[in-house]
Amino acid sequence: MSFGLKFKCALAAAGGVAASLGIMLASVANGPDRGITAIAGPLVVELQPGSVRYRAAGDFSRNGRPASPPKTTVSIRQPLVIMKYQVTAAEYQRCVEGHACSPLDPGTTPASDRPAVKISWRDANSYADWLSARTGALYRLPTDEEWAYAAASRFQDEALPDVDGGDPAQLWLARYEMESSREGLIEKEPRSIGSYGANENGLIDLAGNVWEWTSTCFVRQAIDANGQPIGTATTNCGVRVAEGRHRAYVPEFVRDVRSGGCMTGAPPANLGFRLVRDGSRDRLRSLVESVQGFLSSVLVL
Amino acid sequence: MIVRKIQTMGIALSALVFSAPALTQDLNLPREKVELVAPPFVHPHEQATEQGPRIVEFKLVAEEKQFVIDGEGTKIHAMTFNGSIPGPLMVVHEGDYVELTLVNPAENSMPHNIDFHAATGALGGGGLSLVNPGEQVVLRWKADRSGVFVYHCAPGGPMTPWHVVSGMSGAIMVLPRDGLRDGAGNPLQYDRAYYIGENDFYVPRDKDGKFKSYASWGDAYADAVSAMRSLTPTHVVFNGKVGALTGQNALTSKVGEAVLIVHSQANRDSRPHLIGGHGDFVWETGKFSNRPETNLETWFIRGGSAGAALYRFRQPGIYAYLTHNLIEAVELGATAHFKVDGTWNDDLMTQVKAPEAIPPNVRGEREHPVQSARQRN
Repeated sequence: MSFGLKFKCALAAAGGVAASLGIMLASVANGPDRGITAIAGPLVVELQPGSVRYRAAGDFSRNGRPASPPKTTVSIRQPLVIMKYQVTAAEYQRCVEGHACSPLDPGTTPASDRPAVKISWRDANSYADWLSARTGALYRLPTDEEWAYAAASRFQDEALPDVDGGDPAQLWLARYEMESSREGLIEKEPRSIGSYGANENGLIDLAGNVWEWTSTCFVRQAIDANGQPIGTATTNCGVRVAEGRHRAYVPEFVRDVRSGGCMTGAPPANLGFRLVRDGSRDRLRSLVESVQGFLSSVLVL
Repeated sequence: MIVRKIQTMGIALSALVFSAPALTQDLNLPREKVELVAPPFVHPHEQATEQGPRIVEFKLVAEEKQFVIDGEGTKIHAMTFNGSIPGPLMVVHEGDYVELTLVNPAENSMPHNIDFHAATGALGGGGLSLVNPGEQVVLRWKADRSGVFVYHCAPGGPMTPWHVVSGMSGAIMVLPRDGLRDGAGNPLQYDRAYYIGENDFYVPRDKDGKFKSYASWGDAYADAVSAMRSLTPTHVVFNGKVGALTGQNALTSKVGEAVLIVHSQANRDSRPHLIGGHGDFVWETGKFSNRPETNLETWFIRGGSAGAALYRFRQPGIYAYLTHNLIEAVELGATAHFKVDGTWNDDLMTQVKAPEAIPPNVRGEREHPVQSARQRN
C-alpha cells in the first residue's frame, strides 16, 4: 500500500523539481507553504559505502529456546544520505499544516529547536511522503541496518543474557534485571537540538532521549547452532524497530511508549525520527527492490 | 452546607478533645517499643505468641513533604505518616494495647490526627489525637479484634478526604495470639510479609493537560478538591509512586516460600490479582476471625479496608501483582512485581512447541493464510 504512494511521489519528483535533487547540503526553507511549492531538503550527511557489525533485530530461537543471533557483517553498498538532525517539531508542524500529517500531541509546542516527539511510525511515514512530494527527492525511514551503520559507536548492541536455556524463568529474570538497570536514567522532556552532540559521522543527537523509528519489521526466526536461519521467518510489520539507547519494538501506531503491567524497564523516553534520502541513481534501485519485495511477499503466499 | 458541616465537625471534635479524660491511668503490663519500617517491609514480629498481652509502643510523625508520584517527575504536596506513602504497617496481637505517640512537627502547616479502624470509640481515636504543628499526643487503645485494618488521618470535614488522598493512610495487623489458621483450624505460617498500600491521586491539570504544581498546600487545595470531585484519579499507585515496587524495587521471593501480602486502600475499591499465581488463603475483608477463602484468582479490597492474601510460590520468574482493573494497573500505575528465584517446574507448565510459522496441512495449504505483510521498502 504505502509503497505505492512512494512510487507516485517519486514519479512526480522526476518530472518536476529537478533543481533540488543535486543539492546534498541544503538548509530548510523558511518560506510559507503555498500549494505544492517545492521546498529545499533538510540538512543531510552523506556516508560512504562500508560495513557494520550488526546483530539482527527480532526474536530468535535455537532448539525452541530464546537465543541471540550472531553478529554479522552487513554491507552498505551505496552511499547513505541521512538527515543530520532529527526532524524538528516545527518541521513536522509544516506537514500538519499541509494536511498531510496528523497533528502533534496536544500541549506540544511546535518548536524549531526541539525534535518532534510523540511520533508514530505512521506519522513518520506520512512526513516522509509529504517531504518527498515537496522536495522531489525520495525520503524514507532508514532500515535498522542503515541506522546502525550511521549511528556507528552510538549503536547499542544487546545480546540476551547468557543463562540456562532450559529454564524459561532464568532468562526472564535475567532480562528483567537487564531492563531494570535502565530505569531512571532518561528524562522525558526533549532537549534542544544538538544537546546530545555529534557522533563520528557528524550525525547529531543519536541515542539521546529521543528514539528513532526504522522501517525494519519485527521478525521471529529459528536459527541453528551457527546462527543460520532454519525454516521460514514470521514477519510482523505491525511492529517496527525503534533505535536509541537500546533497541525497542513498538507497534506502528504508538506515539508514546510507557511501561506498566507486566512490562518493565525504561521504554523509549520519546519516539521521533530522521529520514534517509535515496539519491537519483538509487531511486530506480529502490523502486526495483520495492517491486521485488512486493513480488516476493506475494510469492511467499 | 459545606461550611456548616465543617463547623459542626469542628464542634464535635473540640467537644471530644475537651471532654476527654487525661490518659494517666497506667496498666500493669509489660511494654515493648517497636521501630517501624517503611513499606513494603514489615517490622520483625512473632506470628503466634505465647506471651500475655502487652503495651506496644509506636511513634508516627506527620510529615508534610513534596512527593514525586511517577516517572515523569509529577510532584504533589503530600501528607504522610513517617514520610512514606502509605504509612508503616504496625503489627500487634489480639489483646495487646497499642500506644501511639503522634507527633506533628512545628514545620508542618496543618493539624493532623489518626483514625484507627481497628480501635473502638472517639472516631477511631481521631477525636483524641488531633495535634497542631508543634504538638504531640499519646493515644492508647486495645486491639480487641484480629485482622488487618486501615488507619488514616481524619482532621474533619473536607480536610479528611484531602489528607487521605494526599497520602495519610496506613494499616495495622492484629494477629490472633495463636497465629493464622486455615478454614479447618490448621495453623498457617508465612516466610515473609509485604505491605502494599494503594493510593489514588488526583493531580490538577492546566489547560494543556499538563499536571500543575503549586507553591504550597494552601495554594493547591481548591484545585485539588475540584480534581478529587471528578472521582477520576490521575494516578492509582502502590506505595506512593508509579514503579515503587517494580524493577530495582521489585518484591522478591523464592519457590517454596509462603508470602503474606497485606493490601490496604483507604479511599477506593481495588482488585488485587497475582498474574501467574493465586491467593492460596485470602482474608478478603481482612479479618482473621473469618475463615480465609482459598485458591482465589482476584480478590476485592473495599475502599477503607485492608485485606490479606497468603501465597506459596511454586514457579520461578516474574509475577505482576496488580489491580485487575487493568487500565488502572497499566495506565495509572497500580502494579508491583515479584522476582521469584527457583527451579522451573515443567509439570506445572511447559512450552510444548515454541512459536513458529503455522505449518501447511497435508494438502500443502495453509489453514490460516498469513495476510500479506504491509511492508515498506
